[in-house]
Amino acid sequence: MASEPSFTRQLERLEEIVRRLEGEDLDLDEALKLFEEGVERLREARERLSAAEAKVKQVLSDHAGKLRVEDFDG
Amino acid sequence: MGESLDLFGAASPEGAWTVGEVTRQARAVLEARLGPLWVRGEISGFKAWQSGHWYFALRDRTAQLRCVMFQKENRRLPAPPADGMQVFVFGRPTLWEEKGEFRLTVVELLSTERGGLWQLAFEKAKAALQKDGLLDPARKRPLPRYPRRIAVVTSKDGAALRDIIAVTSRRWPLAELFVLATKVQGDGAEDAICRALAVLGKIARLDVAIVGRGGGSREDLWTFNAERVARAVAAVPVPVISAVGHETDVTLCDLVADHRAATPSAAAEAATPEWSDVAAGLTHLGERLARGLGLRATRVAQRIDRTLDRLGGALTTRLERQGHQLAGLGGRLDALSPLKILDRGYSLARDPEGHVLKRVAQFSPGLAFRLRVTDGEVAARVAKS
Repeated sequence: MASEPSFTRQLERLEEIVRRLEGEDLDLDEALKLFEEGVERLREARERLSAAEAKVKQVLSDHAGKLRVEDFDG
Repeated sequence: MGESLDLFGAASPEGAWTVGEVTRQARAVLEARLGPLWVRGEISGFKAWQSGHWYFALRDRTAQLRCVMFQKENRRLPAPPADGMQVFVFGRPTLWEEKGEFRLTVVELLSTERGGLWQLAFEKAKAALQKDGLLDPARKRPLPRYPRRIAVVTSKDGAALRDIIAVTSRRWPLAELFVLATKVQGDGAEDAICRALAVLGKIARLDVAIVGRGGGSREDLWTFNAERVARAVAAVPVPVISAVGHETDVTLCDLVADHRAATPSAAAEAATPEWSDVAAGLTHLGERLARGLGLRATRVAQRIDRTLDRLGGALTTRLERQGHQLAGLGGRLDALSPLKILDRGYSLARDPEGHVLKRVAQFSPGLAFRLRVTDGEVAARVAKS
């Protein structure tokens, strides 16, 4: 796995944070900590969303079955 | 007598035909007289040879006709016919000289049953897949919500690939598309697709795969009805979206895939979320986050308020109680005050040093002393006997 969490995992964590903030009986300290983490996740997710540009690659396989990935020339 | 047949003369070696001559002549007559034609009948004694050629007879109640369908013709068909099947064949009547056999060289074969051979082959493969549980709805995996790596198995030059790239780039720019170009119709297409599908398992962190092609004739789409292509789809380790561009006919690939899309564009839409929806969702989550913290803070503030209220209430009660106590004490102190006694007409005598004079002996003759009465002091002196 990549070191950075996937967008999916990030969003799932954000949703969990929101649910906990809305539902659980947290003390203010914990709530603040969660809130800060949530804001950070939100910021990262937005950044990913706005910076992205779709990549298209072509997977080629030689006779020995070894894979090679190249940019797709369309 | 000139008209009588000279049988004996004709029987001479010079007058007789060879077997080859007569069969060749018969074949020429037959082929000249009977051109290519359609024949209807029932399949009987079907046999497919190692060479790939098919041999069978067509028959009806009164006769039978031997037929051959060579491999170069029959390979376009999805499946061999079964004995007893009613068919139409198109072929050329001829005479097979080596065996002296009259037969039909068949170039097309259609079943008169609904859907014909195609339907038969489809049902057979479908039953096999069903038997192995590959059509079980419980096998269907949910598609990922926010895929990153999307593989596309299709023809490199088709509109299908262009559509998938365009839709994916527009909807979900976080995607990385991996194109596995493959033949999708004609000779070798089944092999090529199976190979490409097998490669999918080797792409690290792949989220979802799309396999398909644009629309075409039933023959063109048939590759996606091949049992082994369907099995290769089922073996892909990530969810597969099948998009074999044909709205009406469902292919075996469609049935085995985790999700069926009517067109390649629809497949790309199923594979990806819409960017703007996700952005709006993030905004909404941000709002809920802030509201959630606000809610927590309000709860805590309310708790503090309640605590303060209770604390305050306790203090007041205590102060009130202590107030009563003080008042009581005050009363008692008041009662003990000597001034109160003076009120009642008593007085207090003290010598110039302030000592209280309580006994007669302390009043020596001529002693000046002060007498405290209820409203003040009076200077006094003991009479000199």
